[in-house]
Amino acid sequence: MHLETLARTKGEIELEVEGPATLDVVLDALEARYPMLRGTIRDQVTKQRRAFIRFFACGRDLSLEPPDAPLPDPVATGAQPILIVGALAGG
Amino acid sequence: MSSVRVLAGTRKGAFILTSDAKRERWDVSGPHFAGWEMYHLKGSPVDTNRLYASQSSGWFGQLIQRSDDGGKTWEPVDNKFAYEGVPGTHQWYDGTQHPWEFKRVWQLEPSLTDPDVVYAGVEDAALFRSSDGGQSWQELPGLRSAKGHLWAPGAGGMCLHTIVQDPSNPNRIFIAISAAGAFRTDDAGQTWRPVNAGLKSPYELPDPTAEVGHCVHNIAMHPSRPGVLFMQKHWDVMRSDDAGDSWYEVSGNLPTDFGFPIAVHAHEPNTIYVVPIKSDSEHFPPDGKLRVYRSRTGGNEWEALTKGLPQSNCYVNVLRSALAVDSLDSCGIYFGTTGGQVYGSADSGDSWAPIVRDLPAVLSVEVQTLQ
Repeated sequence: MHLETLARTKGEIELEVEGPATLDVVLDALEARYPMLRGTIRDQVTKQRRAFIRFFACGRDLSLEPPDAPLPDPVATGAQPILIVGALAGG
Repeated sequence: MSSVRVLAGTRKGAFILTSDAKRERWDVSGPHFAGWEMYHLKGSPVDTNRLYASQSSGWFGQLIQRSDDGGKTWEPVDNKFAYEGVPGTHQWYDGTQHPWEFKRVWQLEPSLTDPDVVYAGVEDAALFRSSDGGQSWQELPGLRSAKGHLWAPGAGGMCLHTIVQDPSNPNRIFIAISAAGAFRTDDAGQTWRPVNAGLKSPYELPDPTAEVGHCVHNIAMHPSRPGVLFMQKHWDVMRSDDAGDSWYEVSGNLPTDFGFPIAVHAHEPNTIYVVPIKSDSEHFPPDGKLRVYRSRTGGNEWEALTKGLPQSNCYVNVLRSALAVDSLDSCGIYFGTTGGQVYGSADSGDSWAPIVRDLPAVLSVEVQTLQ
């Protein structure tokens, strides 16, 4: 929700990427289209995922997968979304 | 017709409070950036429509927002704060050396002369400068060369929270860091030196008069007398008459000399304000009475200002950036509390009234006087 507000968009967005779709490639494309999101999902210098950000897709948590690993086919083909969510950090 | 605009940063968004010069009726706008920690908002003194805001969150990190229409609309600007070169290390809680890691921006200080120049004080402590309205940031790394390896974080983190520019000398800037102390540059930020002589911290430091390591909470200056500085240290209210080269204590008859903010009256360089807090472990006013203390003698002799402030069962804190003055003929004073109140006085502190009572915890308060 906060990232949508920052990017002034709502709901799902579609991104076209060249070559194999990996998390890094998708996030590069996302940040290129929405530069205000740079630094909010991953560190600008190290590219490491921020601690309380999670990536969900196809019912799986991809947060701990290597960011250069191929994404599941349904995501790569655009059939399924990747969810970028703020992790549960309440009590 | 003059008016004032109060910029309040809170734990869950920013609020803009505006009033005409009477300062009796207030319009409240917000929350801006709802849900985000707004450590600081401040307007350019040369273009009052130009505002900068520090927006951060434990989830999404740091953003900087800029407004060019007095806070009606905002645009995110650059949020890349990269330390120059190899970041190096500072002292850690366990005595080991720990690498510098950017966490957040505590303070945004627009230049006194150029609306596109703005300074950012960050945690882990460093000073950044932008000369393009926040579109890019460059560190002034000379500061961390001033014994940075000996700096250590205080309870609130190792933050650079205070930036004071000398209006008579564009090359001179003062900054303060918890828990490292006060520092001064005389060459526009290239080189820095600690200016902590006279500070005594017997409960915080093994060497009470060490050159660095003091927990300075806030520094204030009157623009007409830039060589005179007032400081609220962790404990002790201090004063320097030689631009920080030496300090002496002016706590005088304060009920406690612990506190966070300090401010100077807009038209009386010798009139200063603090909000005494009971102690470092009890961050609330003594006896449950919220009292601003005013000295008209540049320290030592203090009077309690209580009219309109709660005098029983009040256990809020007033943070270091949450006290500010306007420059109308009858000087206005404003402060925010961790209980979500913003109080204002239109008569130099003689009487007070809440502007808002139920905001999230207030982190910072700044005021713009608009003509």
